Amino acid sequence: MKETCPVETEQADAILEGYPHAEASLIQVLQDVHRAYNYLPCDVVVKVAETLGVPLAKVFSVATFYKAFSLKPQGDTIIRVCMGTACHIRGGGALVDEVERLLHVAPDETTPDMKFTRNTVNCVGACAMAPVMIVGEKYRGNARAVRVGGYLELGGDDDAN
Amino acid sequence: MRIESREQFETLQEKIRAAETDNGNRILVCCGTGCLANGAKKVAEAFAEQVGKRNMDAEVKLLVKNTGCHGFCERGPLVVLQPSGVLYTRVRVSNVPQILEKTVDNGEIIPRLLYKNPADDVAIEQYSEIPFYKNQTRVAMRNIGRIDPTAIHDAIGAGCYSGMVRALFDMTPEQVLDEVETAGLRGRGGAGFGTARKWRSCRRAEGDRKFVLCNGDEGDPGAFKDRSIMEGDPHSILEGMVVGAWAVGAHEGFIYVRDEYPLAVLNLTLALEQARYLGLLGENILGSGFDFDIRISRGGGAFVCGESSALMLSLAGKVGEPRAKYVHSTEKGLFDLPTVLNNVETWADVGAIAANGGAWFAGMGTNKSKGTKAFSLVGKVKNTGLIELPMGTTLRHIIYDIGGGVLNDRPFKAVQTGGPSGGCIPESLLDLPVDYEKLTEAGSMMGSGGMIVMDDRTCMVDVARYFLKFLTEESCGKCTPCREGLKQMLAIFDRLVEGEGVAGDLPLIERLAAGMQVGSLCELGKSAPNPVISTLRYFRDEYVAHIEDHVCTAGICKELTAYRILPETCDGCAGCAKACPVDAITGERHALHVIDHDICISCGACMGVCPTDSVETFPKVELMKEVV
Ligand SMILES: Cc1cc2nc3c(=O)[nH]c(=O)nc-3n(C[C@H](O)[C@H](O)[C@H](O)COP(=O)(O)O)c2cc1C
Ligand code: FES
Repeated sequence: MKETCPVETEQADAILEGYPHAEASLIQVLQDVHRAYNYLPCDVVVKVAETLGVPLAKVFSVATFYKAFSLKPQGDTIIRVCMGTACHIRGGGALVDEVERLLHVAPDETTPDMKFTRNTVNCVGACAMAPVMIVGEKYRGNARAVRVGGYLELGGDDDAN
Repeated sequence: MRIESREQFETLQEKIRAAETDNGNRILVCCGTGCLANGAKKVAEAFAEQVGKRNMDAEVKLLVKNTGCHGFCERGPLVVLQPSGVLYTRVRVSNVPQILEKTVDNGEIIPRLLYKNPADDVAIEQYSEIPFYKNQTRVAMRNIGRIDPTAIHDAIGAGCYSGMVRALFDMTPEQVLDEVETAGLRGRGGAGFGTARKWRSCRRAEGDRKFVLCNGDEGDPGAFKDRSIMEGDPHSILEGMVVGAWAVGAHEGFIYVRDEYPLAVLNLTLALEQARYLGLLGENILGSGFDFDIRISRGGGAFVCGESSALMLSLAGKVGEPRAKYVHSTEKGLFDLPTVLNNVETWADVGAIAANGGAWFAGMGTNKSKGTKAFSLVGKVKNTGLIELPMGTTLRHIIYDIGGGVLNDRPFKAVQTGGPSGGCIPESLLDLPVDYEKLTEAGSMMGSGGMIVMDDRTCMVDVARYFLKFLTEESCGKCTPCREGLKQMLAIFDRLVEGEGVAGDLPLIERLAAGMQVGSLCELGKSAPNPVISTLRYFRDEYVAHIEDHVCTAGICKELTAYRILPETCDGCAGCAKACPVDAITGERHALHVIDHDICISCGACMGVCPTDSVETFPKVELMKEVV
């Protein structure tokens, strides 16, 4: 899906106001921007570069170096399947295969209807419940491939209890 | 209210403690990430609501506390009742009224909610009697699970900040350095560098502006002890950092937290605010005349940023590419100024050492590795979770006595420690006492304390390939030996797991590994071959089986493995047929099911769901033989 350009930069202005205008603020600002827009819109990146006084090339190198940032719009729900060691050993691979089979999305890609973006993460620190996948905000411990379809439908609801 | 002096602080601490002894009636609900995932929030809310109603006309009020992670995540949500010490596991909202009525009011135990020891199936009432806890010695994790991490008064009551008070008022910076030296404290985040030595060199470094940093990046997959400390006892980290700052003469600090740990960021932020409000942080701490403040920085999600020089670049808003080691960050660190960086657990230990003295800490552990160490015990083990033990505890004790043994009583194969820089330790070394030296001798390392137990259904070639893939993705790409070495090595492993290995592969892997060890710029590349070397050292026959016989003995590598259903035990429940994503399984209900090998994609879904354990793997090459 195409990015809707130009985007409103008001939110970004508010974020930029909260930080000292220096290179040291760059990552923190981009993180807040990412949280506000769900990705790093091109216009906003330019604005950040100008405001912080950092060359645009440097901002892009930071934006592409760190996994936390995406330059493409993300789906409504982010699916993160843990690929940490504990999850790998306990069958995390089968979850990845199942998500791929159900949604036909490659890692870091978004479904055409913009519902889901699939990310892989290396350990979310819930290894005791391996294998783990996170749908939206909802952690699924001891996840099973047969249940993946169910997890996806429930989305971000917190319903375990 | 700001606390202006040591006396005021101690009066407050006594007041909090007195209130606790007066009224010890508490319900502790674990709200760590693991328990939250299992629905702990709703349980805590239900307790709060129902207790709130009862408290209105009760003389002795009942307190509900949301604590950090107890470490026993697999059994969550966990609820501990005080003063009785009863532990309930897997508590649901529907159990809440019952717990209040039966156990809290009448002291009656609800057997259904008790923990059953997998070893003998005996239910255990007391939190402190459970083998998983009984065998631990907690220093860095001393308060976790006992306090509400969002309430600074709880932390103070538990003894937090006493070490800081002692350091600021009773000790000179030199004396603090001596105390840490006596403790023999070594870094808990990786290589085990002497903490006092690091601090001394920063203290000696020229310049007025110095930094104290906390490494909460916890990048090793399979390790989560730092997360648990940041979430469950953030004040212990702040206390340690103030002590460290006093010792080296720094006034500014940063905590670098992984972006994947939102709860840790939240609890640390709250802790900082509360500590500042009480005057335990900021200008003129407790009237001592010492200024020190801390800021939080969220990481960008790059494994390499856990490395010290990369972390400091990342803090400065730059791309986190490590630099060569000859520049010492104690002299030229963050913003090129003298900097001390320590791991979360190291900082948590510092506070305890300042409070109890270095000799106390050094009284635990082995000759060169003092004190205790936190581990996350995970993988194919019965009791998974966080543990802390004196250095020198044997792997056998950890895995069998605390961990309860291998999951489903399968044969043990190896335990992986040290994350992507570590290695796999085989059964023959199970009696190895765990400390920095012994793990390194065994070809692994301490790392961040991840301990991943592997059974006979774990393929060591696949494990080595897993780490190579991880590191290939995470290598920053600055130096060639690491960037290209990993890529080429991974390409070889991709062939190995598909049964396409050739005779010269193993020597080639060994040569590449040697080149990376000497040629890489930072520890990521230098240690990257460790998982490969250690699996080659102890499990060479598995590699040979992949290459020469095209067999994956563990039945994991898909290209080499086929599945079949055992006619003797299959009861025709049809569970496998339902689970199969490609409809490769057929059979009448209540009759034997059969897998069509032409359709089967060897995903193993059938094996995972079979209630009678009737699905087994066998080498694909046998299929070819049958055809011939
Ligand atoms: C690739 C790489 C990743 C690292 N990741 C971490 C980490 O996540 N957490 C950590 O505390 N130390 C990590 N370290 C070790 C740090 O460089 C540093 O030695 C440590 O934080 C110092 O603290 P300590 O002396 O208290 O252990 C890593 C090192 C390397 C080479
Ligand atoms: S390995 Fe998956 S949560 Fe840690």
